[in-house]
Amino acid sequence: MPGAVRTIVVWCPDWPVTAAVLAGTAPAGAPVAVLAAGQVMASSAAARSEGVRRGLRRREAQSRCPDLVVLSHDPDTEARLFEPVVRAVEACCAGIEVLRPGLVATAARGPARYYGGETVVLDRLRAACPVPCVVAVADGVFAATLAAQCLPPLRRSADSGPVQSAHAVVPAGGSADFLAPQPIDALGRPELAVLLHRLGLSTLGAFGALSTRDVSTRFGADGALAHRLARGLDARPLAARRPPPELTVGTVFDPPVDRVDTAAFAARALATRFHELLTARGLGCLRLAIVARTEHGQELIRCWRHEGALSATAVADRVRWQLDGWLTAASGPTAGITELRLIPDQVIPHAGQQLGLWGGTGDADDRADRALVRVQGMLGPDAVCTAVPAGGRGAADQLQLVPWGEPRVADRDPDHPWPGRIPAPSPATVLTAAVAVHVSDAAGTPVTVDGRGVLTTPPARLGLADRVEEVAAVTAWAGPWPVDERWWDAATAGRRARFQVVTADGTARLLAISGGRWWVEAVYD
Amino acid sequence: MSVASAIEPTDVLGPALRALPAAPATARVPAPQRPTLPVLPALASLLPGGELRRGMTVAVTGSTALALALLAGPSAAGSWCAVVGVPTLGARAAAELGVRLDRLALIPSPGAQWAAAVAALFDGVDVIAVRPPGRVSGGEARRLAARARERGATLVPLGPWEGAELRLSVSDSQWNGLAAGTGRLHARRLEVSANGRGAAAKPRHAALWLPDGDGGVSAATDLPADLPRLHRAERRRSRAINTSVAG
Repeated sequence: MPGAVRTIVVWCPDWPVTAAVLAGTAPAGAPVAVLAAGQVMASSAAARSEGVRRGLRRREAQSRCPDLVVLSHDPDTEARLFEPVVRAVEACCAGIEVLRPGLVATAARGPARYYGGETVVLDRLRAACPVPCVVAVADGVFAATLAAQCLPPLRRSADSGPVQSAHAVVPAGGSADFLAPQPIDALGRPELAVLLHRLGLSTLGAFGALSTRDVSTRFGADGALAHRLARGLDARPLAARRPPPELTVGTVFDPPVDRVDTAAFAARALATRFHELLTARGLGCLRLAIVARTEHGQELIRCWRHEGALSATAVADRVRWQLDGWLTAASGPTAGITELRLIPDQVIPHAGQQLGLWGGTGDADDRADRALVRVQGMLGPDAVCTAVPAGGRGAADQLQLVPWGEPRVADRDPDHPWPGRIPAPSPATVLTAAVAVHVSDAAGTPVTVDGRGVLTTPPARLGLADRVEEVAAVTAWAGPWPVDERWWDAATAGRRARFQVVTADGTARLLAISGGRWWVEAVYD
Repeated sequence: MSVASAIEPTDVLGPALRALPAAPATARVPAPQRPTLPVLPALASLLPGGELRRGMTVAVTGSTALALALLAGPSAAGSWCAVVGVPTLGARAAAELGVRLDRLALIPSPGAQWAAAVAALFDGVDVIAVRPPGRVSGGEARRLAARARERGATLVPLGPWEGAELRLSVSDSQWNGLAAGTGRLHARRLEVSANGRGAAAKPRHAALWLPDGDGGVSAATDLPADLPRLHRAERRRSRAINTSVAG
C-alpha cells in the first residue's frame, strides 16, 4: 500500500448545476437544484440560501424555495462539458485523473518542481480553469478533496457575481492533523458514520486512533479502507489518464492542387496513413470528415458515414469522389487546394468484420454501394436516399427517406395500428406540395364538410382552384375519412377529411379538405 | 460417429450441402451476368421475347405504377433498382407492387447533374428509372442508352425518350371498387400498348390489373367490357389538371 502522495485537486463546486447553466438548460444565478433518484444531489448557491440541502426530496425542496428550477441529473452532459476543464488542467500538469465530472486530481511533485512551488501551480491552475474552481493541495486525494470542500462556501459560489476561485494548502506531512478534527461523515460512508457516532467516535482523528487490526476485524475491508483514509493515507495511487491520441491526418500541397488526378494520388497515400493510424490502435472509423482548404482560405467540409467501418480503399475513394465533385462543379473552389485533412468523427473499437459463411454481403451489393456512394460524392450525402416504411395516416407520412449509409430506421413505428390511415393500394405519386383544387356539386355550389364530418352535397366536379372554368366530372368518390391528428400540439396539429375521387378520364386522386379548402395530396397513376 | 461418416461430411449432412453453390473463393470472381432480367409474369406479353433484356431502354408514359411494376420483377430476384428525379414517388406503392425497398435507391432531386448521376449508377444498379428535369437532347439520350448497353443495365425513362427500344404507354385506365360515396379504390384495369423498334417493332397490347385485388399485378384475361366512351373535352380537362399537378 502506498503512503500518501502529495496531490493537487481541482474541484468545480456544484458541477451538475454549472453544467446545466453551460448547457443552457438552467438560467445563471437562479435557484437551481439537480435531482437524482428523487433527491437533491446538487444545488446552486441561490437555492442553498433558501434552505435547499443535499438529500431533500423534490416536494420539500420546492416548498422551501417555490421558484426553484428543478433539473434531472444528466451524467453524459456533465461529463461532456467537463472535458474543456480537463484539457485546461492537462495543459498545466501531465498525468491527471478525473475522479468524477467536477473533480480532477494530479500528482503535485512534478508540476511543483517545474513551475517552482506548489502555490505557483495552484495559481496557474486557477487562472487556466475556464469555470470557477477551488484548488487544494495535500497529502492524498481524500485530504486534498476535503481541504477544497472546507473552504468557506461564500468564496466558492459558482453562480453569483464575478468568477471567484480559491485555493487551500495543507502543508506536507500535515494531512493527519488536518483530518483529525473533521467530522466522521466526511468519509462518505453513511452507515459506518452512524455506527461510529453511536460508538462515540465523532471525528476522523478519534477513528484513526483505533488500531488497524481492531478496525479490520470489526468493520471488514471497507472499514479498513476508511480507516486508512482517516489517518491521512491514500487508498490507492493515482491512475493518471493518458491524453487521447491524435488521429487526424493531413497533408499540405505546395504548389496548390487543382487537378483531380493529382489530388487523388495524394488522397490515396493520406488514406493509407489514416487507416494505419487507426488499425494500429484497433479502431474503426464510422464517420469521417474530409476538410480541404484552398489558397483563398475557403474551407470545404463534408462528412461521410458508413455502417461498417471504413477501409483504406473506401476512405481513398471517398476523398477522390469528393474532390472530383468540388473541382469539377460550377460553384467549385476559386483557387487550388493547399491542404487536405481527414478527421475521424466517430471512432469505435474495430472487432473485425464477420463475413457470412457463403459470401454474405454479395458482390452485387458491394457494386451497388460503391455506385451510390459515388453519386453521393457528386450530389451530396443527402441526395441519395432509401425509403423506410414509417407509421402515419397520410400518404406522405407512411414513408421516410433515410440518407444512404445511415441505419434504415423509421422515427414512427409502422407496426402500430394508426387508425384512419389510407388503405392499400397506395398512390404511386405523392405530391411534395399539395395542389389547391375546388370541388363543387352538380349545381356548381362548393362542397364542404361540416363540423360533424358530414358532406354537405355529393361532389360532382373537380377543377384547379385558380381555373374555375375547367372542370372534370367526378364519376365515383368515397369519404369523408376524417382525421384529427396531434391536437395536443399546436405546431403539428392537423384536422382534415380525406376523399378518394375518380374523374371521368379514369384517374383516381386522393383529396383532402382542411379548413374549408380542398387539396390534391396524391394521384393513383 | 463412424469413421466413414467423419471422412465424408457431405453424406452426414445429406444432399442439401451438395446442392449449395461452390466454395466461397470462387464467389469472389464476378459471375457472368445473365443477359436478361426477370419480370412479373403479367408484363411478359408486353416485352419482346417475354423478358427484360439488359442494356435495353424502356420508356414508360402515362403511369408511374406501371414503371414500378417493371422494377418489381428484377428487384424481387435480387437486383438493385434506382429511381432518379422523381421527388413525388410513392415508395409505399412500389413496396406493395413487389419492389424491395432495401434494394431501391432514390435520388429525388439530382438537379442539373442528373445525367452524370445516372451514368455513375450504371456501374452498380441494374434497373434505373429516371425522369429528366427538362427536355433531353437526342445526343444525350443516345449517350446514356449506349452507356446502359455497355454496363448491362436497363434504363426506364419516365416520359418520352428519343431512341427508346420499347415504349410502354397507357391507353386506358379504369378503377374498381369506388361508387358514389361508398367503397374504396380496390383494383385498376390498365390497357397498355407497347411499340418500339428492332425486335420490339411489332405493336403489342395487354390488359393488366395493376394493382389487382391482392395488391399485385395480374393479366386481365376477360375481354374489355364495352367501356363508356368518354367525351373528348372531358379527357382534355382532366389532363389539364394532371399536367399542372405534375408540374
